[in-house]
Amino acid sequence: MMIELINVNVYYGIIHALKGISFHIDEGEIVTIIGANGAGKTTTLKAISGIQRIKSGSIMFNGKDISKSSATDIVGLGISHVPEGRRIFSNMTVMENLEMGAFLRKDKAEIKKDFNKVFELFPRLLERKNQLAGTLSGGEQQMLAIGRGLMSKPKLLLLDEPSMGLAPIVVKEIFEIIKDINKEGTTILLVEQNANMALQTADRAYIIRNGEIDIEGRAEDLLKDETVRKAYLGG
Amino acid sequence: MNTNLFRRRNILSLFIIVFLYIAVQLMSNLGIIDSYIMLNLIIIGINIILAVSLNLITGFTGQFSLGHAAFMSIGAYASAIATTKLEQPFIVGILMAAVSAAVAGVIIGIPTLRLKGDYLAIATLGFGEIVRIIGLNVDYVGGATGLNDIPQYTNWTWIYFMVIATVLIIKNFINSYHGRACIAIKEDEIAAEAMGVNTTYYKVLAFTIGALFAGIAGALYANYFYFIKPDSFGFMKSIDILVIVVFGGMGSILGSIAGAVVLSIISAFLQSIPELRMVVYAVILFLIMVYRPNGLLGKFDLKDLKLFRKGGKVNAGIKGE
Ligand SMILES: Nc1ncnc2c1ncn2[C@@H]1O[C@H](COP(=O)(O)OP(=O)(O)OP(=O)(O)O)[C@@H](O)[C@H]1O
Ligand SMILES: [Mg+2]
Repeated sequence: MMIELINVNVYYGIIHALKGISFHIDEGEIVTIIGANGAGKTTTLKAISGIQRIKSGSIMFNGKDISKSSATDIVGLGISHVPEGRRIFSNMTVMENLEMGAFLRKDKAEIKKDFNKVFELFPRLLERKNQLAGTLSGGEQQMLAIGRGLMSKPKLLLLDEPSMGLAPIVVKEIFEIIKDINKEGTTILLVEQNANMALQTADRAYIIRNGEIDIEGRAEDLLKDETVRKAYLGG
Repeated sequence: MNTNLFRRRNILSLFIIVFLYIAVQLMSNLGIIDSYIMLNLIIIGINIILAVSLNLITGFTGQFSLGHAAFMSIGAYASAIATTKLEQPFIVGILMAAVSAAVAGVIIGIPTLRLKGDYLAIATLGFGEIVRIIGLNVDYVGGATGLNDIPQYTNWTWIYFMVIATVLIIKNFINSYHGRACIAIKEDEIAAEAMGVNTTYYKVLAFTIGALFAGIAGALYANYFYFIKPDSFGFMKSIDILVIVVFGGMGSILGSIAGAVVLSIISAFLQSIPELRMVVYAVILFLIMVYRPNGLLGKFDLKDLKLFRKGGKVNAGIKGE
């Protein structure tokens, strides 16, 4: 097991956002968490990356409890969070954004290689290397956000709604690239509203409802499951 | 080729820096620059240091501070005590000013920089008032009447090289790895955190460096004007500095320098009618907001500041887009 959440509880003031969530991801998997608005998907990712403190429970990453570690340490351990809504640095260039992704790394030569890897994955970013990130299209911004996330050389990549606000064809393109990233050895936790695409991409899935895991299983099984189809896939 | 160009540029800047220094010094010796012009040059210099250092905090790191004058005050008193009561040379006064203001920056920065936008603005405003009220009530530093007979050490040489040092150090900081982290925080604090930037550390660092230079500005002020009192460094002084930064452009060092020059000169002309000065300031701010929201030379938009942002993008965490 690469990462395991055990009975994780998160509160925002009096709002109980995660109610004893438990799940795990094995090395090399693509696991997706799907669920309606406000179900607690983003909160789950924030808890893992240390941006949101948890109230109780534990988060084990490669055998180490990281639930009390700082966000900085967690990035250093090999978890990278591509936040919801992209959150690229708009007044920086594409290149500068990627450099920020490698903020904690000191291995200059390797960083250079990883720039090239990102540009291989996203040739469109190479063409726009010196463009201000704020002037990129939505799809390009999402590519940049993922590329920036890869620059910390993560073992586990957390993706929060990469399909948000993008045209179907761009969504397809991005999901193909997510598969490629996984094939090259990065484990992926994918949070999505677009349940159809997510289930087609992932190995396993958890469906989260009101801060609790409701259904879990192999992605292809859930795609065929009657209740899942009705509730999340529009029939 | 590229590095050569930079080197040539560096030599040119060095030449201009030295030339400007000698030229003004000579003109001052010959009486072409009289004491009134020198007074204004000193004020411009102090304002440049204040504006550039506040720009590091507000313009580059995105932390809205309304208490910058308080750090100036701490520096002014520290240097005044060192040079008057302890009879130390000016360099000791400047060092004491820098250190005490920086220490105050750390102490006030750690709790307040967890606050966002408007809350931070109010907390720093409160800090400024606390410093002022302490000054009014401590007899050792003269209470409301202030400190007198401070030796006048500040001259063209001190001002000039302190301005150069401030600009060079802050500019280098901003262009460094650490400076990039500060800019990332201003751009998007959550994203910066997700990249592994220790946001609290860098916010406190920027705040402390800013405070340190404001302290030096205070020392230069105290040891030029013979006399300081707590009310010289009140809320309005903090606003004055902020106006220079906004006018010159958030996130532009050159803008802060230009802003300090232009607004100091306007101030000098309006000195005899202080009421009009505030009106003119208000009008200038209004015009800048309408016609040049990035300030005279600024890259970033005023709207980027969390205080001016509707809906509090950062407050809502990753979700609230
Ligand atoms: N910063 C916050 N302060 C208070 N409540 C919050 C905060 N962030 C999230 N919440 C609440 O926690 C619950 C879970 O939110 P979360 O963002 O995790 O949902 P989500 O599943 O990601 O939804 P969406 O698909 O809309 O992004 C919601 O009820 C939300 O209102
Ligand atoms: Mg979400």
